[in-house]
Amino acid sequence: MKQIAVLSGKGGTGKTTITASLAVLARNTVVADCDVDAPDLHMLLHPEIIKTQEFKGSKRAVIDKTKCVECGLCREKCRFDAITEDITVDPISCEGCGVCTIICPVSAVTLTERISGYAYFSKTKYGFMAHAMLSPSESNSGKLVTLVRQNARILAEKEESDLIIIDGPPGIGCPVIASVTGVDAGLVITEPTMSGIHDLERALQLLKHFNIQPFVCVNMYDINKENTEKIVDFCEENRIKTVGNITFNPIITEAMVNGKPIVDYAPESDVAKEIERMWKNIVSALKLGSG
Amino acid sequence: MIVSIASGKGGTGKTSVAVNMALSIKNVQFLDCDVEEPNVHLLLHPKIDRTEPVYVLVPFVNEESCDYCGECSRFCQYNAIFVGSEKVLIFPELCHSCGGCTAVCPKKAINEEKHKVGTLKSGSAGGLELVYGELEVGEPMAVPVIREVKRRIDKSRNVVLDSPPGTSCPVIETVKGSDFCILVTEPTPFGLHDLKIAVQVLENMQIPFGVVINRAGIGDKKVYEYCREKSIPILLEIPFQRRIAELYSRGVPFSLEMPEWKEKFEALFNEARKLVDK
Repeated sequence: MKQIAVLSGKGGTGKTTITASLAVLARNTVVADCDVDAPDLHMLLHPEIIKTQEFKGSKRAVIDKTKCVECGLCREKCRFDAITEDITVDPISCEGCGVCTIICPVSAVTLTERISGYAYFSKTKYGFMAHAMLSPSESNSGKLVTLVRQNARILAEKEESDLIIIDGPPGIGCPVIASVTGVDAGLVITEPTMSGIHDLERALQLLKHFNIQPFVCVNMYDINKENTEKIVDFCEENRIKTVGNITFNPIITEAMVNGKPIVDYAPESDVAKEIERMWKNIVSALKLGSG
Repeated sequence: MIVSIASGKGGTGKTSVAVNMALSIKNVQFLDCDVEEPNVHLLLHPKIDRTEPVYVLVPFVNEESCDYCGECSRFCQYNAIFVGSEKVLIFPELCHSCGGCTAVCPKKAINEEKHKVGTLKSGSAGGLELVYGELEVGEPMAVPVIREVKRRIDKSRNVVLDSPPGTSCPVIETVKGSDFCILVTEPTPFGLHDLKIAVQVLENMQIPFGVVINRAGIGDKKVYEYCREKSIPILLEIPFQRRIAELYSRGVPFSLEMPEWKEKFEALFNEARKLVDK
């Protein structure tokens, strides 16, 4: 089984739009939406949920006020400033480390588990899908990403699918690292802007750090052709394969408004053709069986 | 006043709004809290006069005193310590630096040492002070670097914070303590969906906020309907224009080339101030 992660560094470069189209083109694949903070892929693939799982990702300290003597030791030892002056826990700052529970002389503090999101096993028109939703202002998105990837593998094994396509979150931090560990290839979607180039470089460094084969796609390449050339040259110098250039075309937003992957919504459009070409490049570079 | 700029969905134009606003008002301290992918310096071209490492504390086990009892490993909520029969393994990238392991160790065999997770840079561009952080590539935790950036806040100035995208820990760390938050969105289904999540976060945190609609004219009208229903003020609309996109692609804040926007961004800041005072 192979796994490809779609990432970007910079947000809003078109990860989800492209992932949805690859899911259509790849056939018999499982897609995993690992942007658990702000998942959007379901708006294009319309999954029908088969099974829901509770996600208990983080714990929070709770102070039993009937036992508390307000000595303030917990407040002093907490490194996250999560205990307020009146000795109550600020649930937004608490990272659930448990130091307060061992420091409290009267055992008034306990850690409680709580549901901080949900993970889903789903079916779509194009194949199976693993996804999740982190509750707003919760932490530990990396752990939830790991759960989504586990679920995707379960689905892939059950359905005898040989490919998992992962829609990653933006950035290079914990949920991104959780999205790329152990994948066969990372497809970095960038745009020809100064920020796009800067963030592409950092995303490629991340892939290198974890020894993952990189591919690059320049989205909206005609917004600034000079910058696109810079990206292509940079990739060549570093022996990174540029697998696709996609034009700026408002039809992408139109497809999104209509809730469809672009290759399904407008299969004859230049954008759809370019994504198809890109997919063929990836298939041959990774020697994928189907697709 | 501390104003943060956040979004939910990435790439909606947070940095662009933050930079153009900062360039249109006076006495500004700008903190780029998107330490995973900091971009503000690409638009402001600051002169950097200080570069400092950012460290976190991670455990260091003195194996001569350790009897491999495993207390530290059982205590650690983040699986950052593994105790084998004759070896202790520490995973610094999983450690949250809570210090609990040093406290529970019955043999006092654990000390803490510094582990570099990022770099803090500060400097200036024109009259504007800029501070930003850069997370080390391969390090998962952005929050300690954001905390370090925010430690430089100078409340006597107009503080502008550029947040990373999303709705989890790095965003919360950034917007915490803000007097006002500007949420930048685009009028598309993805933009609206992620805006709704960001709104819940700010409501949970009881931070007053308003919305800027970027790329107005693309997509649909549902963002407007949502804001109307929820009585969320729309503070500014920036139309989709190829010229704005092109300027951005070259790293030029568009209000510098299109000066009619300076007033609009100044008005945006004043509107935020009015809403805070209310």
